[in-house]
Amino acid sequence: MSRQGEERELFAPGHRMCAGCAEGIAVRNILKEAGPHTIAAIATGCLEVVSTAYPQTAWEIPVIHAAFENAASVAAGVEVALRELGRKEGVNVMAFAGDGGTFDIGFQALSGMLERGHDVTYVCLDNEAYMNTGIQRCSSTPWGASTTTSPPGSCSKGESQPKKPLAAICAAHDIPYAATATVAYIKDLRRKVRKALDTEGPAFLHVFTPCPTGWRHGSDDSVELSRLAVETGVFVLWEAVDGDICNLKVTYKPKKRKPVAEYLKKQRRFGHLTDEDIQRIQQEVDEKWEKLED
Amino acid sequence: MSSLKITIGAVNTRPGSSREYKTGGWRTMRPQVDVEKCIQCLQCLAYCPDGAISKSENAVQIDLDYCKGCGICAKECPVKAIVMLKEEK
Amino acid sequence: MARQTALTVKGNMATALGAKLCRPHVVPAYPITPSTLFPEKMSEYIADGELKASMIRVESEHSAMSACIGASATGARVCTASASQGIALMHEMLFIAAGMRLPIVMAVGNRALSAPINIWADHQDTMASRDCGWLQFFAERNQEGLDLMIMAFRIAEDERVLLPAMVGIDAFVLTHTMEGVQVPAQEDVDDFLPPYTPKHGVLDPAHPATFGSFGTPEVYQEFKYMQTRALEDSPAVIDQVFDDFERRFGRRYSRITPYRCEDADVVLLTMGSMTGTARAAVDELREQGEKAGLAKLTVFRPFPGDQLKEIAGHVPGLAVVDRNISPGFGGAVFAEAAGTFVNERQRPLIKNFITGLGGREIFKENIKDMYHRTKQAVEAGRVDQPVEWVNLNREVLP
Repeated sequence: MSRQGEERELFAPGHRMCAGCAEGIAVRNILKEAGPHTIAAIATGCLEVVSTAYPQTAWEIPVIHAAFENAASVAAGVEVALRELGRKEGVNVMAFAGDGGTFDIGFQALSGMLERGHDVTYVCLDNEAYMNTGIQRCSSTPWGASTTTSPPGSCSKGESQPKKPLAAICAAHDIPYAATATVAYIKDLRRKVRKALDTEGPAFLHVFTPCPTGWRHGSDDSVELSRLAVETGVFVLWEAVDGDICNLKVTYKPKKRKPVAEYLKKQRRFGHLTDEDIQRIQQEVDEKWEKLED
Repeated sequence: MSSLKITIGAVNTRPGSSREYKTGGWRTMRPQVDVEKCIQCLQCLAYCPDGAISKSENAVQIDLDYCKGCGICAKECPVKAIVMLKEEK
Repeated sequence: MARQTALTVKGNMATALGAKLCRPHVVPAYPITPSTLFPEKMSEYIADGELKASMIRVESEHSAMSACIGASATGARVCTASASQGIALMHEMLFIAAGMRLPIVMAVGNRALSAPINIWADHQDTMASRDCGWLQFFAERNQEGLDLMIMAFRIAEDERVLLPAMVGIDAFVLTHTMEGVQVPAQEDVDDFLPPYTPKHGVLDPAHPATFGSFGTPEVYQEFKYMQTRALEDSPAVIDQVFDDFERRFGRRYSRITPYRCEDADVVLLTMGSMTGTARAAVDELREQGEKAGLAKLTVFRPFPGDQLKEIAGHVPGLAVVDRNISPGFGGAVFAEAAGTFVNERQRPLIKNFITGLGGREIFKENIKDMYHRTKQAVEAGRVDQPVEWVNLNREVLP
């Protein structure tokens, strides 16, 4: 933490993120780790919209926003151009996209970039729904969450599908580095960013970022919720080095996992769930950890 | 409408110019730092979504031009050196 | 005059040769009939060390244009090739490339759009993109494909333009047909086309800039105006480049090229490979004493209304041949031609002929038919049916 005081802010204040937005926490810390010799491709989404309203920009590094589903392809173009122009040395090429622009519409471009082995670090900022367009479900939305396109009602419990295991899918591309991180654990996040950037070839970082507006929690709870997600075992911190998901290493194992209810009850998007529903979620988390422990 | 001349292709060559927009006006709650209690762990600095917190000589200071009053700093401070007060304005 | 090598090549090879001579740095490309040979040739050139560049073998055309944008914004010279469904798939990115003022060059194997799926020649793919803000060139022969690729880089990268450009060659008729071409020498193309040095912005940590800003209602309209002005003012640059090309390489290009129009009763307006057939038809008509003329469009965007007025303003009848259809209206070239003349005191009667869709052959007889129908309208002093489909097999229609 001590470096923090001296490091230059590469994501300037004055951006229009909601108060308490965890993406702001993530991007500031990731860029501090990456440093000014970084070029980023950013996807359409909250991050892009709040930070680039012409003629103002929050970015102190060069960034390019092209469209929603192609941060990975744009980053690939940047990386190859830098190499051809002899300017790649010492420059990080990154891509930032939300869960929408990664899990769903951005999946193809991401898979292509990973498969072709570009030296790009792709960061997915996951707030578990299409937040910029007003909280619609995505394949990243967990079972039971209320969104505007998966609202609970007399015939619905909210989101009906489990969360797509995207980070594992990326690791299964046999890329040199894939990891999950979240904003409550800054040191862990920065260590993983460092590792991703220092790794030659594609790296994927899945960063879990609570959203006060979309998850309906207090703006002051964003860090606490990211911590609870990990402490209850809902979000697993792991990394996979040099290969497939069989080599996955859990980087933080809670000594005794807190009950998921502690995490769920702080968010009104889960407010409609019954005790039975919460029990189901608890069971799924327990089973997941049993498999991990094997 | 501004009369700032626009650039070819809307390329914005003014990095960090978002600082012109003072988001401090969004606040309904305002943080207050007790400099005696502050141990300069800088967690608040790391956790601020807006980068509004910086090191001062013996503690931290919060730039009220940008602070949106989210309250994360107060909540996360390990020694409870920050409290959120109602914004007077 | 510069030394040039005579080769016999397919159209895709001609455009690939033209691109190779321009020394692109990055070629993101995806295969699609009939353009596939272009990325294949570029891959060969790179693999054999003839071209120092990188291919990006992307996973879709949308990613091809996305990677082009990323690479071009980084300061690289970039090109790609596609057709039909691929152009349609990258549609949103075409607007973005133009809006970001990136001089990407794309060879298009003009091919019909599904449905039904069809791999043969028509102009629907480029016409469907005529509003994206790209310069659009059409080649009559493989030689033109080669030359226009070279000129497209120079025009696109000109500081006064800074817009992407597409060069169309008809599917199979040109892409896969061997024709003799003269290939300029590398040193002479290097002299004709200086290195790309973007001044409006480059992704470079030394000078951080944000590309692709969020443009609010307060500024968006002005950006579009600026971009549109660049396209509309580009004829001056295009004409200069055409002149310079002629001086160095001996081949003359015009935005529209007139042929036997001075005393014509009817001028046929054509684009692409059909022009060769039309020229032969015009000569035959002339032998029969008919006063036929031909105007060949080489540049569709920006539409050369100024030259069209000069060439056909005084002519009684204009037959616009459209190898595309804008359903509910007529052909795209027809709309532009009609719009050019609508307020003019002196203007021809204009008829539109839709034909050649999905690779349907355009025969000399069809062209002569179009001439005669237009002449009839001129003699009657009115156009009863502005849009007619030619060489349509009515027998199979239920």
